[in-house]
Amino acid sequence: MRSILKASIAALGLAAMTVGGTSASGQSLSGDLKIFLDTSNPAPRATMEAVIARFQAEHPDLNIETTVIDREEYKTQIRNFLTANPPDVATWYAANRMRPYVDAGLFEDVSDLWNEPEIAENLASTKGAMTIDGKQWGVPYTYYQWGVYYRKDIYEELGLNEPSNWEEFKANCEAILASGRKCYTIGTKFLWTAGGWFDYLNMRTNGFDFHMQLAGGEISWDDDRVKQTFANWRELIDMGGFIDNHQTYSWQEALPFMVNGDAVHYLMGNFSVAPLRDAGLTDDQLDFYQFPVITPGVALSEDAPTDTFHIPANAANKEAAREFLRFVVSPDEQTEINNGSNLGQLPVNAMSSVDDDKFLNEGFAMLSSNSPGGVAQFWDRDAPAEMAKVSMEGFQEFMVKPDNLDRILAKLERARQRIYR
Amino acid sequence: MSESSLQDVRAVNGGGSWFRRNQIAITPWLFLAPGVLFFIFYVISPIFQSFNVSLYEWDGLGEAEYIGLRNYQDLYWEFVDRDAFFVSLKNNVIWLFLYLLAIPAGLMIALFLNQNVWGIRLYKSLFFFPFVISQVVVGLVFTWFYDPTFGLLNTIIGWVGLGPVNVLGDERLVTYGIIAAGLWPQTAYCMILYLTGLNAVDPEQVEAGRLDGAKGWKMLWHVIIPQLKPATFIAFVVTIIGALRSFDLISIMTQGGPFGSSRVLAFYMFEVALSEYGFRMGYGAAIAVVLFLIMLCFIAYFLWSMWKEEKGAR
Repeated sequence: MRSILKASIAALGLAAMTVGGTSASGQSLSGDLKIFLDTSNPAPRATMEAVIARFQAEHPDLNIETTVIDREEYKTQIRNFLTANPPDVATWYAANRMRPYVDAGLFEDVSDLWNEPEIAENLASTKGAMTIDGKQWGVPYTYYQWGVYYRKDIYEELGLNEPSNWEEFKANCEAILASGRKCYTIGTKFLWTAGGWFDYLNMRTNGFDFHMQLAGGEISWDDDRVKQTFANWRELIDMGGFIDNHQTYSWQEALPFMVNGDAVHYLMGNFSVAPLRDAGLTDDQLDFYQFPVITPGVALSEDAPTDTFHIPANAANKEAAREFLRFVVSPDEQTEINNGSNLGQLPVNAMSSVDDDKFLNEGFAMLSSNSPGGVAQFWDRDAPAEMAKVSMEGFQEFMVKPDNLDRILAKLERARQRIYR
Repeated sequence: MSESSLQDVRAVNGGGSWFRRNQIAITPWLFLAPGVLFFIFYVISPIFQSFNVSLYEWDGLGEAEYIGLRNYQDLYWEFVDRDAFFVSLKNNVIWLFLYLLAIPAGLMIALFLNQNVWGIRLYKSLFFFPFVISQVVVGLVFTWFYDPTFGLLNTIIGWVGLGPVNVLGDERLVTYGIIAAGLWPQTAYCMILYLTGLNAVDPEQVEAGRLDGAKGWKMLWHVIIPQLKPATFIAFVVTIIGALRSFDLISIMTQGGPFGSSRVLAFYMFEVALSEYGFRMGYGAAIAVVLFLIMLCFIAYFLWSMWKEEKGAR
C-alpha cells in the first residue's frame, strides 16, 4: 500500500517536473543554493525534500544543500543564522511575524517577483500578508483554515445541528453538557491555542478591522468592546464548556478528549485533522463548521496562517533563490505539495487545484467566498511578539480564573503602552 | 639547596636574559595564563557586558538604543504591580529556602546507608540513581506523576479519599510541585557528599564520645555533624547554586505557566531575551544583573568563609 502510494507520488512528481521543465525558460543556474527549512515533522519534511529534488532535476548544475531544523528550535535560531551565516532561502511566517527581520534589513525585498504577472495575478489573495511598508518580503507556500472541528456522530446522537449563530452555539453546548460531555477541548499549556479562541470571539464580536487595530496597538484593552468579547467568552467558561485542567495540556494532549468522545468540539487549524484521523476517527464521525456569527451584521473573517519562503538579505545566490521561490509557488508545485498525501493544506496559487478532501474543500470554499471581512494570520503573528506573549498568558489566566479579568486587562493595557510606544 | 644550584647556573650563564633571571616568578603565571585568560574572556567580561547591555533597548538585531536605567525602572514597576518580575523573585526565594531541605534529607539517607550489610552498594547506587539521570527526564517523570487525569499522585491520594489536584495547573501549588521534583536528584547529590564525609569521620572520637555516654541525637549533633562540616559546606554551596539556576525543570514541566506563575528569574530572563516571543535583550540583561547581584551575596559569603577557613588552618 505504502509503496504504491510512494510510486504514485513519484509519478505525480515526474509529471509536475516535466510540466515545470517546459516553463523554465532555459536559463541555467549554477553555484550553491543553501536552503533552511523548519518543516521538521515527517510529512512536511518529505514533501519539502521532494520539492527540492524536483527543482534540482530542473537545474542539474546547481549544488543544493538543504538543512532541516526543528520547528521550535528554528524560531530562535533564525535570529542567529540570518545575521551570521545566512542561507539563500529560509522558511518563516507571514505578517507581523516577519517584521523584526524586515525592520533589521535581514530579508530581501522581493517586490520584483510580485510584479511578474504569474505571481501578481495568481497569488493576489496572500499579497497583503506578505506586505510590509508597501513592499513584499517573501512568498507563501501553504496556508490552512481554522474553524470548529466537531464529532458529527455525537451531534446526531443528541439531535443537534451545526449552529449558525451565537445562541445556537451556546444551546448546543448546553445540550452537550447535559449529556455529560464537555463542549470544547483545548490545551493551553503553550498559550497560543487560547489566542485562537480570542481571535474568533473578537472578530465575531467586533469585526476584523477592530481586531487588527487591537493587534496593532491602536485600541485600549480597557475599551468596552474588548470587554464585550471577554463577556462572551465568559459565558462559555461559566457554562463549564471547556475541559478541566486545560492549562496543563499541549494541543496534542487535548486531542484524546475529542477522540474518546469526552469533548465534542475543537477550535483548531486544519493540521489537527491528520492526528484525529490517525487516532481512528472516520470522516463520518468528524466534521467541520465555520465559527458562527456573534454580533449580527459583523462581516465574517477567518484565521488562515500562512507559511512562507524568504531570501535573506545577505544571501549569496539570490538569482537561484528567486528561481526557487518562483518554482515553489507555480501552480503545479502548489497542487502537488498541498495535496492530501503531502501537506494536506491549501495551495496559495489560484490556478492550483485543491485536493479532494472534505475539510480542504470546505475550508477553501469558506476562505474564498465566506470570509468577506478579511483573513487574519493568527493572534501571535498579527500582534507583535511581546504583546502576543503577554496577552496569550492573560487569555490563559482568564480561562482558568475569569474573575481576574480586570487585573488582566489592566496588565495588558500597561503592556500595550510600553510595547507600541 | 636548589636555590643555590640555580644561582650557580645563572653565574655560569653570566646573568642571562630578563626571562632567565625572573624565571621562578614568571613560571606559575605562565601555567595559569590559559585558565585565567579563559576565565576573563568567558566569565568576567560577559558580566560587564551584561551590565552594559542592560542600559540599552535592543532586539538583538537592529541598532541598540541607550535608555539609561529605564529597564531597571520597568523592573521596579513590575515589582510594585506584582507582575512577572515580582512572581519570579518570590519564586526564587521559595526555591532558595525549600531547596535547602535537600541537605538534611541527604544527611539522613547517608546515615541510613552508612552501614555494612549485604548488597549495600546496590542500595547506595539506587539512591544515587536520580542524580545520574538527566533533569529533563526527571521533569518528564514528575509531569506524568502529577498529571491530573491519569497521574499516579491523584490515584494515590484518591485512596485516602482526597479530591484530584492539578499540581502543575494550580498557580499556588506549581512552584512547590517543581521544587519537589528538583529535590529528588538534589537529595541524592547531598547524600553522596555526606557518604564520602562519613568515611572520614574519626572512629576514635566516636569511641571517645561513646565512653562519655553520648548516643543517638547527642552523638549525631556533637560528634558526627561537626566532623562533617566540610561536606555540609559543599552541600550548601551546590544547593544554593542549584536553586538559583533552576531552569531546566521549569522549562520542561510548565514553561513558566500556568499564566507565568512558576517563573523564576533565570527562566524569566530567558523568556524575555531568547525565547520565541522574546526580543528584549536589554531587559533580559537587567534581569540577569539582578540575579547576579543576588548570587553575589552568596558568592561573597562563600569566599569569605573559605578565606576564614584558610586563615584558621595556618
